[in-house]
Amino acid sequence: MKNKMTVVEGSYAVAHSVKVCKPNVISAYPITPQTHIVEDLSQFVADGEIDCEYMNVESEFSAISALIGASAVGARTYSSTTSQGLALMHEALFNASGMRLPIVMTVVNRALSAPINIWNDQQDSISQRDTGWIQLYAEDVQESADMTPQIFKLAEDKDVLLPAMSCMDGFILSHVYEPVILLEQDLTDEFLPQFEPEFILDPANPMSFGAFADPTTYTEFRYRQEEAMGVALKKIETLANEFNDIYGRYYGGLVDGYMLDDAEIVVMAMGSVIGTVKDTIDMLRKDGVSVGLLKVRSFRPFPVDAVRKALKNAKIIITLDKNISVGKNEGALCTEVKACLHNTKMRIPVIGFMLGHGGRDIPMGTIVNIVDKAKAAMKTDSFIESGFADLREDL
Amino acid sequence: MKEIRIHGRGGQGSVTAAELLAVAAFEDGKFSQAFPAFGVERRGAPVTAFVRLSDKPIRLRSQIYEPDYVIVQDATLVDVVDVASGAKPGGFILINTEKSPESFNLNTKATVRTLDATKVAMDIIGKPIVNTTLIGAFAGVTGEIKPESIQNAVRERFPGKVGEKNAEAIKAAYDMMEAKR
Repeated sequence: MKNKMTVVEGSYAVAHSVKVCKPNVISAYPITPQTHIVEDLSQFVADGEIDCEYMNVESEFSAISALIGASAVGARTYSSTTSQGLALMHEALFNASGMRLPIVMTVVNRALSAPINIWNDQQDSISQRDTGWIQLYAEDVQESADMTPQIFKLAEDKDVLLPAMSCMDGFILSHVYEPVILLEQDLTDEFLPQFEPEFILDPANPMSFGAFADPTTYTEFRYRQEEAMGVALKKIETLANEFNDIYGRYYGGLVDGYMLDDAEIVVMAMGSVIGTVKDTIDMLRKDGVSVGLLKVRSFRPFPVDAVRKALKNAKIIITLDKNISVGKNEGALCTEVKACLHNTKMRIPVIGFMLGHGGRDIPMGTIVNIVDKAKAAMKTDSFIESGFADLREDL
Repeated sequence: MKEIRIHGRGGQGSVTAAELLAVAAFEDGKFSQAFPAFGVERRGAPVTAFVRLSDKPIRLRSQIYEPDYVIVQDATLVDVVDVASGAKPGGFILINTEKSPESFNLNTKATVRTLDATKVAMDIIGKPIVNTTLIGAFAGVTGEIKPESIQNAVRERFPGKVGEKNAEAIKAAYDMMEAKR
């Protein structure tokens, strides 16, 4: 495997993946906040390495709007954005999902202003939770690269037809240089079929998308979106396995466990912090601490059954969130995990820790402190309310 | 695992140096990871970049607090930044300066090594761009990476005459430091 690897920037690896997925239309706003992904893609287009319409537009709102039009006429569509750029798309994200247009977007996760901050956290995509977009989170550059064809195939599946975000942590994954296998064109052609939608806007066969739905039908449109998310839940697992069959790499389906089966303390997290948590677990296990990891790959659809099943032996659960629902003093993953355990006989305490906001570094020591708190709570059979894990006492 | 921290100023190519080290180490058969201490880029402002080298795939994503090796591209940074912070005993701090290691009164158990990389770069490349010269010197001081691998990484990144000149500076700096290892 190592002899197929090359050391490149994370953004480049993802741009390369997009290239081999052969999108028909890419639309992006080229100025801050943006990443090297679309810069590399525009280079591929300029060099004639990819046959696609590349639209440089004047805002992220225009970027997503252009893709809505392109997707509706049957094009495979792609964009990438981050932070405030994603926030500016918010209104149109609902249009994309409501019209069931399988637009794919890499969200390079970065903090939202104010105060102005360009660094990593996951507040941007988490804030788009209810827009009806699929959201998958990658742990490292290879998974981000590999997620790209998986998410195109998922979004474009005729029983899913939902737009999808492939999320990767800004800077930590987008700007890192590390060894990665750049996706092969022939394998990708084998894995990812052509996008052939059943319904498209076509003057020869006129129809409307996203037209008026009054109270007698609107609910059923929403219901069908939820139903499609249910199909996506199953397909995410299947596609991860299909991908493994062809490329020989697997990162879990909806979730993935690490040292999980016998773990009393289970840490749950999404994105690039997973690697640091794994190294910390290896260290703590040597000291006899019974700790494991449950990585969440799919945040929307949220894998309720898979999470319940994976947590069945846990004595205490820790969630790590690089976001906050201000006014609830906890992050989105914490809320989801608590909710999915509630209507069961499982009585497992959940402690939510928020950390890594606005690019604050997450050293192994932060994870050790968190696990220590869980250990103490377990020993005294007490509950700890959610809160920040890495607040500075001197500010 | 070996951890490297590079200190420089915006425009000196610290991030490029880190990337080139990662590419070269991988060519040598190691796993590698390079990333900047992401900042708002401004020419002249202090910049930090990090590199990890390991025989196994690297999962850790935090910044580096206890480096095995430190590279300082600009000696004036010593007064501004704690370049020796966390440096491991037995490790090296390599500073670009015409001065001797003893003239830096650093509070560290790591060994300080110095090289006038600016002079090497001016003599060979004809420009005071020291990042490639310094990673050549790093290879000479530490023996962690083959100089040929660094030269190849630089030639690939900067094809043509520029790459060749830089490769020459890398070899010169490597030889100067390796002789004193």
